Amino acid sequence: MIEMKPPQARSPILELADVAVSFGVGGGQRVTALDGVDLAVKRGEVVALIGPNGSGKSTLLRVVAGLLPADRGRVMFQGGAITAPDPRIGLVFQEPRLLPWRTTAANVAYPLELAGVPAAERAARTEAALHTVGLQEAAARIPSQLSGGMRQRAALARSLALEPELLLLDEPFSAVDELTRERLNLELLDIAARRGATVVVVTHSVQEAIFLADRVAVLSPRPGRVVADIAVALPRPRSLADLDAAVVGAAAQAIRSHLREAAA
Amino acid sequence: MTAVRSTPGSRVLRDIAPLLAGAAAILAWRAIIALGNYPPYILPAPEQVLGRFISAWGDGTIGPHATRTLVEVVLGFGLGAGLALIVGYALARLPLAERVLSPYIVAAQATPILALAPLLALWFGPGILAKVVICALIVFFPVAISTMVGIRAVDARLLELARSLRATRRQVVLTLEIPAALPSIFGGLRVGVTLAVVGAIVGEWAGADRGLGLLVNLARGSLFDIPLLFATLLTIALLGIVLYALVVLVERTLVGTR
Repeated sequence: MIEMKPPQARSPILELADVAVSFGVGGGQRVTALDGVDLAVKRGEVVALIGPNGSGKSTLLRVVAGLLPADRGRVMFQGGAITAPDPRIGLVFQEPRLLPWRTTAANVAYPLELAGVPAAERAARTEAALHTVGLQEAAARIPSQLSGGMRQRAALARSLALEPELLLLDEPFSAVDELTRERLNLELLDIAARRGATVVVVTHSVQEAIFLADRVAVLSPRPGRVVADIAVALPRPRSLADLDAAVVGAAAQAIRSHLREAAA
Repeated sequence: MTAVRSTPGSRVLRDIAPLLAGAAAILAWRAIIALGNYPPYILPAPEQVLGRFISAWGDGTIGPHATRTLVEVVLGFGLGAGLALIVGYALARLPLAERVLSPYIVAAQATPILALAPLLALWFGPGILAKVVICALIVFFPVAISTMVGIRAVDARLLELARSLRATRRQVVLTLEIPAALPSIFGGLRVGVTLAVVGAIVGEWAGADRGLGLLVNLARGSLFDIPLLFATLLTIALLGIVLYALVVLVERTLVGTR
């Protein structure tokens, strides 16, 4: 599924306008995590959210995933408001969150089971998802028998099983070592490209943001809002060698200067 | 055991260690009789007890009583554990249920079952019902508490995952909360099943027309057959061990090696 139209012509699949979110922190006090977030993501785009700790990156992702209501503003997915989790939107958490008593295959099949997908179709889709992330060999193993990278891959396969149109990733590979992370990032780009999926990925690494994304949205410290939206002019498909290109240096400089400004 | 490298010899030793301990106990038993010169009506010898155990099972002296006790234990355990699972879940997930119920559950547990047994025998008669109620009462507390603890300990991040996948309440309970809480629940069931045997014997003690608790009374009293008393105690102990092993077996099947 390759979109032939240039990116500019595509209409946004996800649109956030003036979104504000606050939490009760006990004692009747509230903390405003996000205030006035504007963000539009076009179909097939990969957008990275970057910001310092406490800038509400994960909170923003939870709002889009329908797990957290916004106090104010609009959160629209394909023209409809997001008020609850939606099967067209897949979420990969920071930790794998696999059910420890289920095999890898049964974990990947879990969303399909909950959605009432018939057993035969479930098996086929599970196998396809496992194949996509290269975990066929580990299908019968339980999470405690998997490496950290394999667990996160299983979590990715689980979110792919429902064939979401929008994939949300919350620092998905932050718990694995750097070499594994680079490999998983490459695989992620490959999977997203093959599926034509739209991706929003939260990260706190400038390098990772540039490597993955078409656009990098920079969030300010709490209360978070998008202070800069920087396009990454790296061609696709990308390789790790691209990280040495001149555009990367320019983009990194722009992102870092916005992060500094926002923090000041 | 895991720190030491397991050689074939040490594995054999591990397997026969319980038998060795039993053999040592029997030797000590014999030694006490030899040293104290006790008559069989005070302390019968191990071989006398074993002989009586075999003959009493052979001639149908123990069988019907053991069957009755087994039925009481199984029914009482099933009833008590079943209710405890439901109440334990409610205690974990409904704050109001915990506020309302927990003082009474603790009070019921703090009242000795020995003191309640005569009353229950009076209410429900010498038949099976009073013992089933006593077993259920005694099983209830450990299972309810272990269920509550197990459900409360379910990882909130997994619950959020289920929510993001639009799981229904029923799906959350069946596919997430119960499987996650099973190790804890089985901790309660292990304690509960041994207590259920105690409950049945105490209930029979307080008034029964049949059962191993009654047989203990008969053997000590009108029959004055002390080897039979010991054979009955052995039967009770074996009943407890077998039921406990069954619970462990079910646990292994359901929980497996996580």
